[in-house]
Amino acid sequence: MTRLFISRDSTALSLGAEQVADAFTQHTADRGQSVEIVRNGSRGLFWLEPLVEVETPQGRVAYGPVQEEDVAALLDAGLLEGKPHPLYLGNIEELPYFKNQNRLTFARVGITDPVSLGDYLANDGYKGLKNALALQPAEIVKHVTDSGLRGRGGAAFPTGIKWNTVLNASGEQKYIVCNADEGDSGTFSDRMIMEGDPFVLIEGMTIAGIAVGATQGYIYLRVEYPHAKIALNQAIEAAYKNGYLGENIQGSGKTFHLEVRSGAGAYVCGEETSLLESLEGKRGLVRFKPPLPAIVGLFGKPTIVNNVISLASVPIILDKGGEFYKNYGMGRSRGTLPLQLAGNIKHPGLFEAAFGMTLRELLYDYGGGSASGRPIRAVQVGGPLGAYMPESQFDTPLDYEAFAAIGAVLGHGGLVVHDDTTNLADMARYAMEFCVEESCGKCTPCRIGSTRGVEVIDRIVADVDKAKNTELLRDLCDTMLCGSLCAMGGMTPYPVLSALNHFPEDFGLHPTKA
Amino acid sequence: MQNYQTQQSTVLEILDAHRTMPGSLLPILHGIQDTLGYIPPAAVADIASSLNLSQAEVHGVISFYHYFRDTPPGKHTVRICRAESCQSMNSKALENHAKQVLGIDYHETTADQTFSLEPVYCLGNCACSPSITIDDQVFGRVTPDKFDSLLAKFKGA
Repeated sequence: MTRLFISRDSTALSLGAEQVADAFTQHTADRGQSVEIVRNGSRGLFWLEPLVEVETPQGRVAYGPVQEEDVAALLDAGLLEGKPHPLYLGNIEELPYFKNQNRLTFARVGITDPVSLGDYLANDGYKGLKNALALQPAEIVKHVTDSGLRGRGGAAFPTGIKWNTVLNASGEQKYIVCNADEGDSGTFSDRMIMEGDPFVLIEGMTIAGIAVGATQGYIYLRVEYPHAKIALNQAIEAAYKNGYLGENIQGSGKTFHLEVRSGAGAYVCGEETSLLESLEGKRGLVRFKPPLPAIVGLFGKPTIVNNVISLASVPIILDKGGEFYKNYGMGRSRGTLPLQLAGNIKHPGLFEAAFGMTLRELLYDYGGGSASGRPIRAVQVGGPLGAYMPESQFDTPLDYEAFAAIGAVLGHGGLVVHDDTTNLADMARYAMEFCVEESCGKCTPCRIGSTRGVEVIDRIVADVDKAKNTELLRDLCDTMLCGSLCAMGGMTPYPVLSALNHFPEDFGLHPTKA
Repeated sequence: MQNYQTQQSTVLEILDAHRTMPGSLLPILHGIQDTLGYIPPAAVADIASSLNLSQAEVHGVISFYHYFRDTPPGKHTVRICRAESCQSMNSKALENHAKQVLGIDYHETTADQTFSLEPVYCLGNCACSPSITIDDQVFGRVTPDKFDSLLAKFKGA
């Protein structure tokens, strides 16, 4: 039986993958051809989705982008034997965009059936857990510390230190919470992992639970990701059935339970303390810190709160050791980061690379420049709270410290590309407006500052007391930066000030007087 | 608007099913909205008494989260992404087009109760902006023309 691979990833589905899969089922049945269609994750080369791969003796041969009306012609041309057709791409793993990545966390995504435990086990799945079960808790934490892994959610706090705090905290009950509230525009790596390899997240959380003595985990998932929820729940069910979750995991005597909880469309719940409030059934108001969630977290108990990619990076660290992971990267940014190319870009997709490559390499060598063919004017890195970087900064290496040094943030690794038709004063105003919309309201700089920010930007653009209002905007940004309780208000000044500093002409300001 | 009496048994069943769950309020609200399409204001009293909360606390949670609604939606809910990636691919034009074609603004429902229009901030589909969802289906690279043909398809469905 010939095996075909057609993605079940949301982006592939949004471009017609379901209809393509249905058409293959229909047409091959009509022709009496025997095929099995595997619904895999996405390889992340989204300009080629819907992508169809066929398993041949020479390896997996790809065609794309395929629409349902192409299916008959593809079968006529001999797709099942991997024969040529105008949509023929050859072995997708040989394309530079795929070949030149360092796929550690995303090793299986796009390759396996995401909800098949058999596929997972056949592709190095649960090797990390097996090793972890043979170690003492402190030894597991040491591997994570040695790997140099820092939180991939944005704050980049060392994961091993967080785990160690929870390990040493006293408490009968501890929790592992996965922050799957990926709400930053331009990011989709969490979604791709959860849809494309949910077991790797489940395994990472299970290892975390065993490392610190937590028996219950929650995945707080954004409601905007219905396909991720389906995949996670299917994988969790399979893990329970086969002794990878629940009581006495793989005969070890260890217990770990896991449940998916849905958010309800509040961006601020991506902030860890708001998320905990939300999980407890309350409004997602930010908590004061200290106490840290590692000491007083969910329901008042010691809690690890980690991002999806952080937790999904743990299985390979426990499989191959902290040193193996640490050998990728530069400076204090170790391992790999799944970068996400989005917005006005010719080749959008997911590119997992070791820290250190430059923005320019990524944008032009792999991203292929803008989708519109116009010059790239600005790139917002790290989500809606990240800075707008002008062309003069494109040689910055992708490294937490290098970005911090120029007042930018790498965050979750999302890049949103804008061509020269984008007005950066509009984007600065939108950043403030987004903060108005999404502020939890607990602290004044964020709640009131954002509303005043929209008004001040409007006055600058309308040429009302321009110099005075520009000074006022900077003052306001300073107050928000220093006085907000969390990153919502505290980082909204990043896009605003970067737009003002690098693109003053869009505010009607003289370039040298901004 | 439906009479709450016909909905109350559903609400009570959902409350009963979540009785032992820690932090159950959001799962309960999702359960009610999934089943009824919205959270009837009259249900707040039942939820509050079941969870031993004040009605103000329950109302405060419902109103805090963008996803929850307290009025019935149209037959189909259209969500348009307003975030940066979609803006970089001219989602503003798509938003204006959608509002004009539907004859409504955000948070409104067409007079024939067919479509509700909501903004959304990122669908994680940023690799093919602009994106929208209609009910649970996501669509990428949505031009005004594609929007019209999708609307026609759902109108018939």
